[in-house]
Order: sequence, then structure tokens, then C-alpha cells
Amino acid sequence: MALEKPYQDVPGTTIFDAEQSRKGYHLNQFCVSLMKPENRARFKANERAYLDEWPMSEEQKLAVMARDLNRCIALGGNIYFLARIGATDGKSFQQMAGSMTGLSEEAYRDMMVSGGRPIEGNRYTHEWEKK
Amino acid sequence: MARITASVYSSHVPAIGVAVDQGKTGEPYWQKMFAGFEFSKQWLKENTPDVIFLVYNDHATAFSLEIIPTFAIGCAAEFKPADEGWGPRPVPVVQGHPELAAHIAQSVIMDDFDLTIVNKMDVDHGLTVPLSLMCGQPSVDNFAWPCPVIPFAVNVVQYPVPSGRRCFNLGRAIRKAVESYDAPLKVQIWGTGGMSHQLQGPRAGLINRTWDNAFLDRLVADPAGLAQVPHIDYVREAGSEGIELVMWLIARGAMSDAPPKVVHRFYHVPASNTAVGHLILENQ
Repeated sequence: MALEKPYQDVPGTTIFDAEQSRKGYHLNQFCVSLMKPENRARFKANERAYLDEWPMSEEQKLAVMARDLNRCIALGGNIYFLARIGATDGKSFQQMAGSMTGLSEEAYRDMMVSGGRPIEGNRYTHEWEKK
Repeated sequence: MARITASVYSSHVPAIGVAVDQGKTGEPYWQKMFAGFEFSKQWLKENTPDVIFLVYNDHATAFSLEIIPTFAIGCAAEFKPADEGWGPRPVPVVQGHPELAAHIAQSVIMDDFDLTIVNKMDVDHGLTVPLSLMCGQPSVDNFAWPCPVIPFAVNVVQYPVPSGRRCFNLGRAIRKAVESYDAPLKVQIWGTGGMSHQLQGPRAGLINRTWDNAFLDRLVADPAGLAQVPHIDYVREAGSEGIELVMWLIARGAMSDAPPKVVHRFYHVPASNTAVGHLILENQ
């Protein structure tokens, strides 16, 4: 019998569960390595060569190089780990979060200052399918 | 005997730490948020405990995906502020309380909660930001936090995280452990993280003011009922990272069964991507 995962019915959201964690193990551990300044320097000097040292899938490597955080998350990445890439690039958490929403940096910041994304219409996947 | 005198609840947004460290707390963006903690700083000065038991979560800092403990108690003599990729925060080293921590570990494990004992660990913004909010920036001539701190890290990063019910019952076991410690220590327990926020995916930026304030109401008046709320409600209503709020139930469970005195309550949107909530409850 399959495990119940009610959180799959929340729109625009990927829950980092044991299955995602398994898929993303090497991607996330690569991110951990960027906590060391010498590794950040090596990654910046040649991203492809640095990524090739990790047993990550080609899709994961391309998603990292494109800084496509939504794709990274679909492939098993977790935002707290992916934040190390943002730190390497000098990005704030708000810039990273905003980059996944399709909004410009300014529009995302304005949305937060005026109270954030409302809950109405954002609870269930079917609410987004209608849009 | 030792006793729990009060509990403190607060968000632990990393950008708050950056604002403190860079002297930006008076800027228009931050002014209102920090004003909500002015009372709290004074209260802590007047009610400094002997030990703070600080419930927080590590953010892929001390624990990578190599080992993921659900509950980890810091038993070391000291804990250094971690380098999270931007360099370590310029805040004091956290002094632990190894004797009380070891006592709590022994008592709580005997009560069927499987704690991981950690004797070496750096602490990230999850632990140091609440200290900054409650203590401000320690002065150069006395560069220390006001008392020892026992770090208690909860996994809220990889699902499934512990249920609210389990957290609440764990809090009760911690209360029992503290009350059986044979020294007249005043202990505060702090629950941190939350409130509503989502940092990932197209739904990032979610805030739910109504849900958050109902959570604060129930945390004060009906914590046992609140502890029955399932994970999915947190995720759907308060965002994928809003699940951090289960940690507040550990602190609440450690309070006496009699109704607490609400000393302070504050709520503000936003700090970066997050709704900031804050409560101080005293045992009567």
C-alpha cells in the first residue's frame, strides 16, 4: 500500500520528503560543500568542472548552472541547501525565493511589504488549474 | 529543585540577524519589527534565568543529509556561531550547561523520547537570531549572552517532521526532567521558528495572518487541542516552512498545566519572506 501524501495537493509546493531527499542527496551535498570558502572559489572558477566531481545527474548539473531553483527542487534539491548557491552568488534569501515565483525582484518585495501572498485561492492544486 | 519559570516564542528569520549585525535595526523597513521586541529585552534583563533551553532547527548547517536526527540535545560546554556561507555572525560563543543537559537527556530518553546527544556542534541563525532579538547586540566590554543556553535542535527540514502532538508531549517530558534536577535553577524554555512562510516554489511568499493569530490564541488557551493539528494544515495554511511552528509546542508543553500569564504578544509582517510572531508566557 502506498503511503498517503496529502501535501501533493498543495499548489506550487514541493515537500522535501524522504523520496525527494533520496533523489537529491548528491545535489544537496554539493551545496553543503559551498560552505567552505575554498570550494566556493573553485566552483566559481569553473562550475562545470566542479559539478563533475559530484555523482549528480546531468539534469541536476544543468539546473544548477542555469540557477533554475524550481528545477533543482523538482530534482530533489531543498531550499536550505540550495541557499548555499545563492550565498556563493551573493543573493539574499528573498532574492532566491522571489526567483521561483515568476515575479520580478521588485514586485516580489512589494508583495511581501504589502502583506505577502494571500492564502485565498492558494490552498489546493485545483485552484491553480482553473487559472 | 530546578523549575521552568517562563517560555518565549519567536521567529528566527536570518535577515533579522543581518539587520542586527549591520546596524540596520532603525531603518524604516525594520523599525516596527524591532520595536515589538523592546519590551522583551527589558523583560529579559529583569527576569534573566540561570539557563535557557532553546528549541530551534538547524538549516543544513551542523547537520547535512549525512545524518538527520529528529531531536538533538546539545550537551557541550560551548557552541560556536556557524559559517552559513556568508561568514559566521559576529555574536558571542554560546555557553552551554552540560550538567543540566545531560540530566535532561537521561530523563527524557527514559521517558521514551529518542534524543540524539550532540557533544560538538556549531549553531546557526535558528539559535542566534532569537538571542539577538531578546538580548540585542552584547556590548564590546561584556561580549557574552546573559546566561548559559542548551541548544535543542528539531528536524523540520526533511519530512516527516515530528507531529505537534509528539512535540507537545516531549515538552511535558522536558518539564518533568527539569523539575527533577537537584539545584535551584530558574529555567526558561524558548520555542522558535515560523510563523507563516514559504521559501520555495511558485507559491513562495505565502503569509496567512488569520491562521497565525489563531495559532497564537490557541497556543495560550488550548495547547493540547492545538497539538492535534496535522502537518498538512501547517503546510497548506502557513506555507511549507510554516511547519517550524511545531517547535513552539515543545516549549508550551514544558509549561505548567495551569493557565500562563501572557506578558507580551506581538505580530508583524514581513521580515524578508516571513511573518514574525512573538509571545512571552510566565508560569503563575
